[in-house]
This record gives sequence, C-alpha cells and structure tokens, in this order.
Amino acid sequence: MTTSTLLAASGAVSGGEAVTFWILAPLALAGAIGMVAARNAVHSALWLVLTMLSLGVFYVLQAGPFIGMVQIIVYTGAIMMLFLFVLMLVGRESSDSLIEVLRGQRIAALGLGIGFAGLLGSGVYRATQGSIPAGLEQANAGGNVKGIARLLFTDYVFAFELTAALLITATIGGMILAHVERRKEDKRDQVATMKARFRPGNYPGPKPGPGVFATSSSVATPARLPDGRLSDRSTPDILPVRELTAEETTLKGTEK
Amino acid sequence: MNPLAQAPSLTDFGHDPWWLILGKIVFAFVVALLGTLLGVWFERRVVGFMQVRPGPNQLGPFGLLQTLADGLKMAFKEDILPKAADKVVYFFAPAISVICAVTALSVIPFGPMVSIFGHQTPLQVTDVPVAVLVVLACSSMAVYGIVLAGWASGSTYPLLGGLRSAAQLISYEVALGLSIVAVFMLAGTMSTSEIVAAQGSGTQLSLFGVDIPAPGWYAVLLFPSFVVFFISIVGETNRPPFDLPEAESELVAGFMTEYSSLKFALIMLSEYVAMVTMSAFTVTLFLGGWHAPWPITMWSGANSGWWPLLWFFGKVILLVFVFVWLRGTLPRLRYDQFMRLGWKVLIPISLVWIVVLAGLRTVDDWDTRSRLYAIGIPAGIVLLATLFWPSRKPTPKPTLAEQVENRPPGSFPLPPMDLQVPPSPRTRRMVAEREPANAPAGQDSEEV
Repeated sequence: MTTSTLLAASGAVSGGEAVTFWILAPLALAGAIGMVAARNAVHSALWLVLTMLSLGVFYVLQAGPFIGMVQIIVYTGAIMMLFLFVLMLVGRESSDSLIEVLRGQRIAALGLGIGFAGLLGSGVYRATQGSIPAGLEQANAGGNVKGIARLLFTDYVFAFELTAALLITATIGGMILAHVERRKEDKRDQVATMKARFRPGNYPGPKPGPGVFATSSSVATPARLPDGRLSDRSTPDILPVRELTAEETTLKGTEK
Repeated sequence: MNPLAQAPSLTDFGHDPWWLILGKIVFAFVVALLGTLLGVWFERRVVGFMQVRPGPNQLGPFGLLQTLADGLKMAFKEDILPKAADKVVYFFAPAISVICAVTALSVIPFGPMVSIFGHQTPLQVTDVPVAVLVVLACSSMAVYGIVLAGWASGSTYPLLGGLRSAAQLISYEVALGLSIVAVFMLAGTMSTSEIVAAQGSGTQLSLFGVDIPAPGWYAVLLFPSFVVFFISIVGETNRPPFDLPEAESELVAGFMTEYSSLKFALIMLSEYVAMVTMSAFTVTLFLGGWHAPWPITMWSGANSGWWPLLWFFGKVILLVFVFVWLRGTLPRLRYDQFMRLGWKVLIPISLVWIVVLAGLRTVDDWDTRSRLYAIGIPAGIVLLATLFWPSRKPTPKPTLAEQVENRPPGSFPLPPMDLQVPPSPRTRRMVAEREPANAPAGQDSEEV
C-alpha cells in the first residue's frame, strides 16, 4: 500500500499531487488543442502523445499505477507508434490545407466545442463537489495490480474474453485483407532462382543500358551490341523499339 | 542466516529525507554516465581483443580517457541542421531517447538496505508496485526518440531507419513483455525490489553432505523466458546483430545519419545507457539482482551491507560483455529474417511456455498422484508425438554423371571433369625445339 493510495482513499489532495496536477493539466490541455490545431499530421500525433502521457501520470496519481503504466505502454508506446508509422509512410509533406470547405465552420466548431466543454465540466464539477471517494481502499486491498486482476478474471471475465475475441477477429480480418496467397510451387528458393538464371536461353548477366544519349535522349533507343546489332534487352518491354529517322533528328529550326 | 533480512520491501520506500533522495538520483545518473564512458571504452577494447588488435590505448591508462576525449571532440564539432529538417522535432528527438534511458534506472535495485548517515534505506531510487512496467514504459517511449530522429531529419536514409526501428521495437516489445509474464507468475509481484527478494530464497540441496543452495534465480528456473528475454532486449536496444535501424552497410547510419555534434553524442549516450539499463534490468529480473552467486554465499556477510553493490555491478558488466561479444561474433540479420524470428519463433515459444508454467503452478497444490498424472500424460503424449512424427523421406541426390547427362541442350560448356589440363601447343613446340633431332618422336607428352 503506497502513500498515494492512502491519500487518494481519504479524498485529500496532497501538496505533491496538487503541484503535479497543475503542471500536467495545462500540458494535457495544450496537447489536446495542439493536436487539433497542428497542420502537420506527425505534429498532431506528437501533441496527442503529450496528452496521453499526462493522462497516464494522472492515473498513477489517482492510485491506479497499473492502469497508468498500461496507458503509457499500450496507448502511447504501441498504438500511437503505429499511427506515426503510417503517417511516416504517407510522407512528411502531407500537411493539411487551410481552405475552409464549409464557410464559418471553424468558428462554429470552436464555439460549440467550448460550450460543450463548459457544460460537461460544470456538470461534473457540480456532481462531484463535496463527495467523498469511497471503496478505493477495499478495491486496492491486496495491491492495485491484484485487485484489477481479480476483477478481470472473476466478475468481468466474459466481457474481457469477448473483447479479446473481437480484437483477434479484427487482427485476423486485417491479415486476410492484406495477405497475398502464394502457392507452394510458385515460391522459388535461392537454388531454384539460380538454376532458372543459368538455364540455356537465359542470359545470366545484367541487362545492357539503353542507348540514351548516343543518338537521342529517348529511353526507347536500344543499345548496340559489339557487332552493331540492336539489343532488345536494353529497352523496357512496354516501349516500341524504333530508330529516329534523319528528318526527326535534324533541328526543327525553332531554336533562336 | 536469513538471506531476506536485508531485502527491502515496498513499505521501505518513501521515508527518505530530501537530500538522500537527491543523492540516490545523482547516483543513478552517474551510473548511467559512467556506464556510457566506460562502456564505449570497454566495447572498443573487447572488440579489439577479439579482432587481435589493441583498440584505443593512447589516452590515459589502457586508453581509459579515449571516450572522454571523443565526447569533448563531439561537443566542439559543428552542429549541422539540415534544411529539410523539422527543427523542433529534430532538436527534441535525442533528448527523448536519453531521458527515457536514464529514467528506467530509477527503479533498478542496486543493493539491499544500507545505512547512510544513520538512515536505513534501500539502495534504489524508488520502487512502485508496477516498477517493471515503468521500465517497459520507458523503453516503449524511447522508440519515439529514434523514430522522430529518423523522421525529422528530412532525408531518405534516416526515414528508412526510423521506419525499421518502429516496426522492430514494437515487435520485440511483445516478446519482451510475454517473457516477463513468467517472472510475474513466479514472483507474484511487479515491484523490482520484491522480485529480487523472491530470487534470494532457493531451496537447499544436500549433495554428498555439502549443503548447496539450489539457485532461486529465474534465469535457471525460467530458462526459456530468460533466453527469449535476452534476445528481445538485444533487439530492443538496437545492438548487433539486430542493429537494423542503423545498418551502416545499407542505410549509412540509419536514423542518426543527419545528426552531428552534441545531438549525435546524445544519441550515442542513450544507446549505451539503454544497454546498461537493460543489463541491469536483466540482472534484476533473472540473475538474482544484488544477491551474491553461489560460492560467495557461503560467506554469511555476502548479502548485507555494501557488498551486494559489487555483485550487482559484476553481473551487469558480465552482461555488457555478452552484448559486446554478440557484436564481435554475429553478422547482422536480414530484415525479414529478423521479423520472422520475433513473430514466428520468440512469441509462440513465450506463449507456450506461459501456458506450461501456469499448468505447473496449478498442479503444484494437488496431491502427488494426480500431479503425476497431470504432468506425466501430456509429457508422454508430447514424447510419443516427437518419436513417431513422420519424417520427410529424403530424395536421393542425383550423381554427378546423372546431372551432366540431364543438362538441357544448349547449356553452358562444362570444363573437363577429370581436371587434366591438356598440354598447350606452345609447350609442345618448345619441348620439340629442345629435343635433339635424332631422339625418338612421341615422348614429349610424357615430359610435359
């Protein structure tokens, strides 16, 4: 039983808790506002990380060390990291445009948001004012972690397993969507690849470069083999092989 | 002798005066910095020894001051900010790495209860009921340092390094977390000091009249977990052979390509601090923490006072040596092989091991007969299955003559199979010139 648990159980706010709260609460709020306001998607994600970290510390302050740490490990460490991963794959220059599609939408959203926050905040404040937290000591009797474990594996085991099944289903669904089935005979190991490479009829060396800059600047110009013949292998398959006629290669007289 | 007399529990924390807390924090910080200074030197010397060369040996005794000189040099180098860099994130990324790596040291128990100026206090900055999760949280936050460093640099190689490290660290964190679950199950707690205390009490084995304490270390009791854990922390600290985010043969220097001067020094610092932290974490979870190893435990004072500090750091240095040893020995893995190892080998092994361990813990309370059935029947089934598992019939390898025979027409010409090089016409001519004219003809091929 730590001192923070006892303090939280008695409903008193210690000096350290108050100081931590007043440092982290503005940070959490700034993170939330910054997430919406930031134009760059990665910056948005980072602001959200700040908010999540502050929330994690709040949980620890409220005598829930396990849920606080899990918040940091799972939400901040894993889920936000996956977000970042995707954002980085999308590219770093993907900033939002500031053009308003609906006129006045931003002002309206701001007003409604502040109004909603005010309603919610005042409602919660009025509801919890003067009330004394109860039952925390019993819940944390055998230690916070054990208390959560007991609840999860007794009263809430069905909900817990159901959530697990839901997540597994989602994961498997994602894997099936992204999975590319390859038949066993289509998979070539290194030996088979090498055998195919040195099969008669296949030239094992690298392809010659195209004849760009020799006579023209087009990649469709084939390279010449040492004996003067043109090599089909030097041009991409989708391009037709053609030599420019003398008329095409002469100056057009447009240069001044 | 009660080996637990000196072991602190959670109630021993939180009673220190402010100067003692400050002193402990400074101590942990100094451990991190000294660990880096000596760690870099140690690594270069040991790798040098393994590669039969001296390593740094010029500055100070045994080249001990080489890292210090390198650090000073780095501080005086030009700090380059790439034009395409995201300035704020570029600045913060190394700091995130360092902060996370150092913070994790705060829950590592360096020793038992000691007396400092009359205060009985554990040699540990602090402990919480979820201390192990604090370390995990720090290591999961440290990923941000690497990923953001890669992203903010605004160039391709760092970005690729950052992407790699994001995928790598998330994958290996799963294996890491699963391997620790076994420790939680056996110790019954997540607090580091209590996990160390739980490893202090092994049962006594009596062998030939000598009392040998059976090790209570989880490295022995939970050997599969220990192996998975150690492989995972090598992946988690980006150390070779898993240093794919900074693979110099593919990505120049990975996520730190664009970094220079003090920011680069910070990245290096965080890497070595992470190595020390993770070694200390391994010692805490699996190698008995500050408890003395067996032959020393015969001396009754081994686990009390300040001595355990010595055993603890001895074990940490041993683990750091293993890290260096791995670097000196193993080549870097290919990326897909590395991911396959994490997801298809380490995680399934951890899951199966957790189930087995849970089963063993459950049958622990049963009476001997039903316990024998519960363990013996599954073990027998597994044994029979492995014995009678149909093995794949090997296809006979075609002989050389058959292979030559089966070549499709138009294949590349083969060199002579008997490896007898026919004498060149030039040699024959020279021999013929040397021969006297009256000698019998037809001997030259034997002379050549």
